[in-house]
Amino acid sequence: MINSQSLSYKAAFLLIIKRDLTIAFRHRDDILNPLLFFVIVVTLFPLGIGPDSTILSRIAPGIIWVAALLSTLLSLDRLFKSDHSDGSLEQMLLSPHPVFILVLGKIIAHWLLTGLPLILVAPLLAVLLHLNENSYGALMLTLLLGTPVLSLLGAIGVALTVGIKKGGVLLSLLVLPLYIPVLIFATSAIDTAAMNLPYSGQLAIIAALFFGSLTLAPFAVSAALKVSTN
Amino acid sequence: MLFENLDLNICAGDIVQIEGANGSGKTSLLRILAGLSLPFEGDVYFQDKPIAQIREQFHQNLLFLGHLAGVKGEMSAQENLEFNLALHGLDSSSAEETLSEVNLLGFEDALASHLSAGQHRRIALAKLWQSRSPIWILDEPFTAIDKLGVKKLEQLFLEHANNGGCVILTTHQDLSFDDDRIKKITLTYQFY
Repeated sequence: MINSQSLSYKAAFLLIIKRDLTIAFRHRDDILNPLLFFVIVVTLFPLGIGPDSTILSRIAPGIIWVAALLSTLLSLDRLFKSDHSDGSLEQMLLSPHPVFILVLGKIIAHWLLTGLPLILVAPLLAVLLHLNENSYGALMLTLLLGTPVLSLLGAIGVALTVGIKKGGVLLSLLVLPLYIPVLIFATSAIDTAAMNLPYSGQLAIIAALFFGSLTLAPFAVSAALKVSTN
Repeated sequence: MLFENLDLNICAGDIVQIEGANGSGKTSLLRILAGLSLPFEGDVYFQDKPIAQIREQFHQNLLFLGHLAGVKGEMSAQENLEFNLALHGLDSSSAEETLSEVNLLGFEDALASHLSAGQHRRIALAKLWQSRSPIWILDEPFTAIDKLGVKKLEQLFLEHANNGGCVILTTHQDLSFDDDRIKKITLTYQFY
């Protein structure tokens, strides 16, 4: 009575995305809180520094990107924590599908719920910070390529700390250093764009980080999850 | 140390009950058999191959239910079951009928967070009725299940074993199977 049917990877991948989106939409604060955090952190800067447009526009790329890093970090915990505590993570690890397919589905759902809303509100906040008008394109492109990297690299950190009761601080210590390259190249691309210079070099590096983490992170995450549930 | 020199062969048609006091290593043994935990020494083989080498093939033939039901509170009973069936490559369209097998008809649209612990366990157990996996590893399947439900499950285990499957379970309850139908493994504390 040996069972050997063929299974569709695509179906499994879409199944996980659909499930995670359903859960998130029934638990809306999980989507809204990181977004509100992002908006509030960015609005604090003009309040603290003053409305001087030259200073604000100089530091705008850094503010937006650091706020994006922190708000992604805030939302990461949700990625595997509840699945771990109610046992559904175990069921996923024991499913006949390769774990990296399921993990990739979960990470993409996480990006759709946290990265995408950030990209949509970022231009509004950029106006608030008097971002140089030449930089808007660069801001959007860096966020579009950079936020998935944040979700992918963050997932490795969450997978490693999921078994620990209070892993929040450890998670930020693990993950934030990994975010530094994205931060450097993204802000540099936006600054370069403000001077009307080509920024394709920085974009190419962020794209390389994206494809590198897209192909490698799911394997690291599945290995880390196996260790965490052992 | 929990256990050592453990050598067992589980074949089609077997029902194996693992017994032992709390903390004697029953759950650890089941998790090792399912490949969730690694044994300190030794290997688990499925069809003469170590399970780590044939992970996908092994998991296709395995159904594991642990202490935790794996039920999401944000989804309804039916959505939970549909997901669980689809995740294991089974037909999820019959989820509603399957819920009636575990007496959850009428609760299919209720969010699982509004249901009781016993009903959570029933949602998790419902996939047994659809399962095509020959190996069932069940950790305390009767927790929070009422007497009638236990009887129905025992019947299902017997049917499954008679159809060429095997059931490995831990429970503190006495099972109603004949003594020659069931193999018992008793784990004891070992102090060094």
